[in-house]
Formats: sequence, C-alpha cells, structure tokens
Amino acid sequence: MDWTALRLSLELGFLTVLLLLPIGIWVGRRLAYQDFRGKGLAEALVALPLVLPPTVLGYYLLVAFGAGSPVGQVWQSLFGRPLVFTFEGLLVASVIFNLPFAIQPMQRGFEAIPREVREAAACCGLAPWQALLRIELPLAWPGILTAMVLSFAHTLGEFGIVLMVGGSIPGETKTIAIAIYDRVQAFDDVAAAQMAALLLALSLATIALTYGLSRRVGRRLG
Amino acid sequence: MGSRDGLAGGSAEVCCGLSVRLAQDTPIPLAAAFACAPGEMLALVGPSGSGKSTILRTIAGLYRPKNGSVGVDGEAWFDSEAGVWVPAHRRRAGLVFQSYALFPHLTALDNVTAALGHLSRAERRARAGQLLELVHLAGLEGRRPAELSGGQQQRVAVARALGREPKVLLLDEPFSAVDKATRQKLYRELAAMRQRLSMPVVLVTHDLDEALMLADRLSLLHHGRTLQDGSPLQVMQQPATVEAARLVGQRNLFEAIVLEHQAPPGFTLLRWCGRILESERNPIYQVGASVSWMIPSSHLVLHRRDRPSRGEHENPVPGIITECLALGETTSCVLAVDGRAELSLAFSVPSHVAARNRLAVGERATVSLLASGIHLMPPDDTPRPVG
Repeated sequence: MDWTALRLSLELGFLTVLLLLPIGIWVGRRLAYQDFRGKGLAEALVALPLVLPPTVLGYYLLVAFGAGSPVGQVWQSLFGRPLVFTFEGLLVASVIFNLPFAIQPMQRGFEAIPREVREAAACCGLAPWQALLRIELPLAWPGILTAMVLSFAHTLGEFGIVLMVGGSIPGETKTIAIAIYDRVQAFDDVAAAQMAALLLALSLATIALTYGLSRRVGRRLG
Repeated sequence: MGSRDGLAGGSAEVCCGLSVRLAQDTPIPLAAAFACAPGEMLALVGPSGSGKSTILRTIAGLYRPKNGSVGVDGEAWFDSEAGVWVPAHRRRAGLVFQSYALFPHLTALDNVTAALGHLSRAERRARAGQLLELVHLAGLEGRRPAELSGGQQQRVAVARALGREPKVLLLDEPFSAVDKATRQKLYRELAAMRQRLSMPVVLVTHDLDEALMLADRLSLLHHGRTLQDGSPLQVMQQPATVEAARLVGQRNLFEAIVLEHQAPPGFTLLRWCGRILESERNPIYQVGASVSWMIPSSHLVLHRRDRPSRGEHENPVPGIITECLALGETTSCVLAVDGRAELSLAFSVPSHVAARNRLAVGERATVSLLASGIHLMPPDDTPRPVG
C-alpha cells in the first residue's frame, strides 16, 4: 500500500472540489438562468472533457503549461517553479478536466428552481447574494452535492491526464491510480490489489453517501 | 395644461398611490395607462395574452419594458425617459404569484420571515406569527408548503406579500389554482382584509365575476392596450366600444340608425330591422347616424303567456326560440327576431319560468328590450345588417 500516493490523491481531490465549488456555482448558474451570445459554444466547451480522450486533453495541457508557453512562463516568474510535473500543475489540470462533472449537475440543480420562486425572493426584498444563499443554494443543493462527489471520485480515478501533465513523481504527482499501474508493472500484485480494493470501497462509499443525502433532501422538499 | 394627458385612463399623474404608463411595440405590445389610489382595488381584466401579467411584473420590477413609467407615492420605480429603474428587491411591492411561488424548503413561518428583512432579527418571528394569524393560519407555522393545501398555500403567499409592508399589493390570478368552495372562502377573506389595507391593490384576473365582486375599478385590456377604465358594473353594462363589449361577454350586439332625440320623456329612437326601439336619451349620436347598440341579457324581459307583466310596453320584440339549454337553475335561450337567425337575442330565465312558459326550440315567444338597458356605442368596423 502506497500511503503517500493515497494522501496525495485525497489532497488533490479535496482541493479540486474546493476550487470547483465557486467556479461551478458561478458558471452553472449563468448557464441555467441567462441567455447570452455564445451560450451554446460555452456549454460545448464545458462538455468537451467528457468526450475528449484523456491523453489528448493531457497533451494539450502539457503544451499549454510547458516552460515554452506563456502560461508556463508567467507561472514560473510568479512562483519560481514550473507548472508541469508539479502538484500545482496537476491541480489546475484536475480542475479543467472536471469542469463538466462539476458544472453540469449544478446547472441542472439551478434549472430545477422555478423562475417564479427566484422572482419571489427578489419581491421579498432579498438582494441577489441573499437570494443565492437563502433560496437558490439550498434548493440547488442536490445538484451541487452530486457535482462535488462526482468531481472528487473522478479525480481519484483519473489516469491519462495525470500521467501526461504530472508524470509519476512520488509525493508530488504520483496519485493512487498511477501507483496501482506502477505496482502492476512491477508484478507487485498484493499492493495493486489492496489499493484497487481501497479505491473501489472509497468510490462505493461516496456514491452511496450522495444517493442517501439527495434522497433525504428530496423528501424534505416534498 | 398637463402635457402628459392624452393616454387612456387620464389620471396618470397622482401624488399618492400607484400610477403606471407603459408603451412598447415588441416583443409584447403594451399601451396601458392607469392609476390606483391608496386603499383602492383595481382589477386588470383581459383574455389570456392580453398583457395583464406582464404589466403586473413590470410594477414589481421583474420585467422592464422599453418605454413608460411606474410611480408609487410620488417615487419613481421606473422612468424610461429619466433612465430610472429600481430593481425588484429594492421596490416595496408585495406580489402574490399565480403559482404562489413559496420557498419549498422553508416552513410557512420562514417563508413570511424571508420578507421581513427590514425588521430587526428579534422582531421578525413575532411579526411573521402575526401575519400568519391575520390570514387564519395560526398553528400551521411549522408546516412546509408541500404539507399545506392550495388554499393554505395561497394564504402564506398573501402573508408573505404583506410582510414587506408593501406600498402596492399585486395579486396575479391568486384564485385560479384552488377549488370553487375554497375560492368563495378566500374571496370573503380578501374582502374583509381589504378594509385593513391602506395601499393600492392591483388584481389581475380573466374572471369578470371575480372583478365585479372584489374590485372598485376595472381596467379592460386587450393585446396590452387599455380599452376601458371604470367601475366594474359600468364596464360590463356600458362598454365603450363593440370590441370591449365582446370582451366582457356581451352577445346581444347590433347596428341601428338614430331616428330622433325626444327631450321629454327622454328617449332616443332607433330604427332597427324595420322596427323602432326606444332607448335612453343619448344626444351625442347625430340623427341619421348609424350606431352599434347592445343590451345585457339581464335587461330582456320574457312576456308571460298567461298574463302580461311590468315592462312589457317597452320595445316588444317577437321571434322564434332557436336554442333552449337548461343549465341547472337557469335556462339559456336564443330568440331569432322575426325568425331571422342573424338577429339572435340571447337571454336567460330561471328554469321554472322556462318550463311554465313552455319555452322550447321552434316555439314563438316575445321579449321586451328595457330601454334603460339599451346602450349605444360608436359603429363597429365589421359590416353587419343595418335598418
């Protein structure tokens, strides 16, 4: 069992969810409520990581983050270390490839709130941020929860992009999914089986938790 | 003189109460102007798609038309010329939605509390409780909307709308989603509560009877345009135009020629289908001019077969019954004047009267058109048989 890889994966998962929460709420809410030019294109871009082969996305991120790219250079000058093959680079890539898993359920969650209920919040004198906190977020909660769980589980399991952007540096970019592959390559079946079983249990537990919570929320809203 | 006159409704500039003027061609045509005094209930009536809900949403700040103004107590909420637009959450407008739009995750008490942001935290609970008591929901404070009946949900919505101490109360077809018995009860409650309300109240409805029962004034809308503004009874029985008459459901609409205005006894004589009708004196129409006229079915008197009754000397018209439908306690009849199907008079009689007079399709009958019920209007554009 590679505990360092597990801890790294969990850290990556939590931070990814933490960063995606505001992004998903902002983008999902805009896509749900507002009509704007290029909305179709925006929705297509959000969905793109779903259909793109992970190695293709990983390749483009590698190119975009590399020391030769403007993004890589700005990062290097700001933080004094490169973006590729680092934990930070992995985190940024993780946020990008999880966009559809975070935004789409949140968008559906906000869309499920009737327009009149949102208008009633304004007529009650609630400013937009008050309406968001007291009315919209509680009502969109099932979608937001689904988004968080999906992004977390997906981060734990992602392999292709992590390998392309992060490589396999122990303690820095070697996640548990990569560690499993690494153990299988080394014919260490026991360790591979242990880690695979742990990932399976972890995934099952998160999914069960989501279903249980969203059913409770559903009952509450009647 | 006032430069803003000239729009229907006239009194669009008042210092207190609500005044609304709206004008736009697309996407929803609007040409409405009306005012509503404090304590007054104005009914906006029109068929579906007449723009009445859009007007209500504009007052609440949920819809922004291209041109116009909305003012409450001298304060501008919207003025396209001055570029004023106060967002919905800063307008003190209480809106009861057609679907009630309660917050499904909050209890009845918390739904009302949500509208009490202007009070201190300590005061909110007590005030929300008082409001729920006002709408007869004491004891149900802890229920969520899904655990309340339609009528109870409507009451929560009313309490919530009153919570903000609104400067104007807006009701968007608030009785359309409840059964008839509940509706009658809610009518009585609203009528009783109105005596305690001091703000202008605007009621949107497509139900004329509802407007007649509850409202002080009625504004008739069609395609976003104000057709007529007046007391509900006046608009129903004395519509300004043939279009308005059709909208308020008047069926007895005809064309005639003005023959003479008699000073005493105060009649205007009309020639209609080869006979002369007496109507109340109305000298604004010139002798020889063609006019439209209508009579509410309530002003048609059926001549009894056994003995004559009061009013029968007024405009007797014989014909043949072409339709006779018993609808519970009343029977709805159509009389073809002189047997001519294009001159059909619709009227209703109590079913026992219809039975006693043996009213049936094909039978002869005579009705009197009461002169006080004959109402003259400018001639209709669409061609109809005259003289």
